[in-house]
Amino acid sequence: MAEITLPKISPTELRPLAAGAGAPLIEITDLSLYYGASKALKNISLSLGEKVVTAFIGPSGCGKSTLLRCLNRMNDLIDNVRIEGAVTIGGHDINGANVDVIELRKRVGMVFQKSNPFPKSIYENVAYGLRLHGVKDKSEMDGVVEQSLRGAALWDEVKDRLHSSALGLSGGQQQRLCIARAIAIRPEIILMDEPASALDPIATTRIEELILELKKEFTIVIVTHNMQQAARISDYTAFFYIGELIEFDTTTRIFTNPSKRQTEDYVTGRFG
Amino acid sequence: MNSVNTIDFRTKKFRAGSFFFTGLTGLATILILAILATILTDVVYNGWGTLSWHFVSTIPKKDFFDSKTTGVLPMIIGTASRVFVMTLFVLPIGVITAIYLTEYAPNTSVITRIIRAAVNNLAGVPSIVFGLFGLGFFVNFVGKNLDVLFHHPTAVWGQPAIIWASLTLAVMTMPVVIVATEEALKAVPQGLREASLALGGTKLQTIIKIVLPQALPGILTGGILAVSRAAGEVAPILFTGVAYYMASLPQHLTDQFMDLGYHVFVLSTQSPNIQQTEPILYATVLVLLILTFALNLVAIFIRSNMRRKMRSLH
Repeated sequence: MAEITLPKISPTELRPLAAGAGAPLIEITDLSLYYGASKALKNISLSLGEKVVTAFIGPSGCGKSTLLRCLNRMNDLIDNVRIEGAVTIGGHDINGANVDVIELRKRVGMVFQKSNPFPKSIYENVAYGLRLHGVKDKSEMDGVVEQSLRGAALWDEVKDRLHSSALGLSGGQQQRLCIARAIAIRPEIILMDEPASALDPIATTRIEELILELKKEFTIVIVTHNMQQAARISDYTAFFYIGELIEFDTTTRIFTNPSKRQTEDYVTGRFG
Repeated sequence: MNSVNTIDFRTKKFRAGSFFFTGLTGLATILILAILATILTDVVYNGWGTLSWHFVSTIPKKDFFDSKTTGVLPMIIGTASRVFVMTLFVLPIGVITAIYLTEYAPNTSVITRIIRAAVNNLAGVPSIVFGLFGLGFFVNFVGKNLDVLFHHPTAVWGQPAIIWASLTLAVMTMPVVIVATEEALKAVPQGLREASLALGGTKLQTIIKIVLPQALPGILTGGILAVSRAAGEVAPILFTGVAYYMASLPQHLTDQFMDLGYHVFVLSTQSPNIQQTEPILYATVLVLLILTFALNLVAIFIRSNMRRKMRSLH
C-alpha cells in the first residue's frame, strides 16, 4: 500500500513524542473544571501511557466524559467552562496561550458516543479531514481512504459502495466509519467517548477487536459504562466518582485487587 | 368496589370533549380552504377571459383602461425584477446575520439580545413605514449622496428606482430570512459540528462544509417566504420606485418601474369607467397570483432538487 504522506503540519508547541510503549504521553496535573460555579472535575492528576488503552469508568455524571473532552479541548465549545491545573501532551501544556487548538485536534482525534457520520458518501467522510488539511492529490487520497477503512475493519464491507451515502450503513458500520475518519488524519491519540454504547453485542465486539488492533499504532483513551468492556480492552483503568479520581491502576489490579473500597463496590456491581 | 374485572371495555364510550375538538379542527381546516377557494375561483373566473398572450406581452399606451389594447408586460417585468434584486440582497445578508447569531454570538450577551429584539421588532413594523424609511434613507440619503459623490448634474441615484424599492423590500423581509435560517441552522445536529471540529476543522470550515449544506433547504424556505411576501407588497415601493405609467421597459437599476400590485391599485381607483376596467383588474390580479406562484415554484423546485441530491449523494 502507498505510504501515507500527510500535509506538513506547521510547527506546534508539541514536541516529538518519546518513543517506547507505555512512556507517559499525557500528563494531567491537578486538573479542575468548573461549569459556572459548580465544580465538575476535582483536582485530578493522572498520567497516561503511550500506545496503551486507558479506560475511564464510573457512574453517570462522574466527569469521565468531561475529562476526556479536556484532552482535545472540546470543552472550549461550551460557554462558561473554566479550567484550572494543567494537561500536557508530549510535555507541552495544551491549554497554553499559544497553542493552536486546530493543530492539537489533528493530533488528538475523537470518536463520539453517538456515531455522527457526515451526510456525505463513505469516501467523502474519510476524506473530509484530509481535505480540511489541504490534501488534493486523488491517488494519495484514494490510498489514505482505503488504508483508513482497512484500519477500521470496514474496507471489505464498503469497498464496492464507497460513493454511496454513509447514512445507509448500519449503526456499527457507521461507528467504524467514524473511527476510519478519525485515523485518516493520523492522530497520535484517539479519544473514544462510549463508542459502543449504542451498538448491539456483535457490533460492540467488532469495535473492541478494532480497539485492540488500533493500540499498536495509537494511544487510546476510552470512556465506557461497560465494565466488562473496560476489563477486556484496556491496559489501565481510572475509576471516577462525582468528579474525583478514586483510583488509577492497571486494569488487572482495578478489577481483581483494587485498593479502594469504592472501586471494589463499583466494579463488582454493588453500586453505580 | 370498582375492580378491574368490573370495567367493561367492550362498549365504546362517547367522549364529548374529544369529539368536539376533532370536529373543531376539521371545521377550521374547511373554513381556510373555503376562503382560499372562493378567492381563487373569483379571480380565475373573472380574469381568465381577459388573460391572453397579447395581454401579458403588450406594453400599454398611456390610457391602459381599455381592455382591448392594454397589457401588463412592464408590470410583470417590474415586479419580477424588484423581487429578484431583493433576493440578491436579502439572502446573503439575512443568512450571514443568522450564522452570526446561531454560530458565533454568545447566547447570553446583551448585544445578541439587542440584535434578536431588533429582528423581531423589524418583523412587526407596518409596510408603509418601510416605504417611508426607504424614501428617507435609500432615495434621499444614500441616492442623493451617491449623486454628489459621482458629480451627477441631474439626479441619477437620488430618485425612486428599482434598486431602492428592492433594498426597501430586502429590509422588510430580512426578519423572515433570518428566523428561517436560524431555525435551519439549529436543526443541524451538534454532533456533526463536533465531528468536524474534532478532525481539526476550523469553525468557518465546519460552517461552510457541514452546517450550511445541511441547512440549505431550510434557508431556501426562508427565501420562498420572503419572495411570496415581497411580490404582493405595494406600500414599501410606493415612494421608492414604482411609477404610475412608463412608456418603455426599465433598462437600469436606477430606472423606475411599473408594478402588478400597484397597477391593481391604479386600476381600481383611477379608472374613468369601472365596469370596463373590471376584467383588466381581475386579469392583472390573476397574473400577479400566477407570477408569485411561479416564483415560489422555482424556489420549491430548487429546494426539492437539493434535498434529493442530499439524500442520494453524488
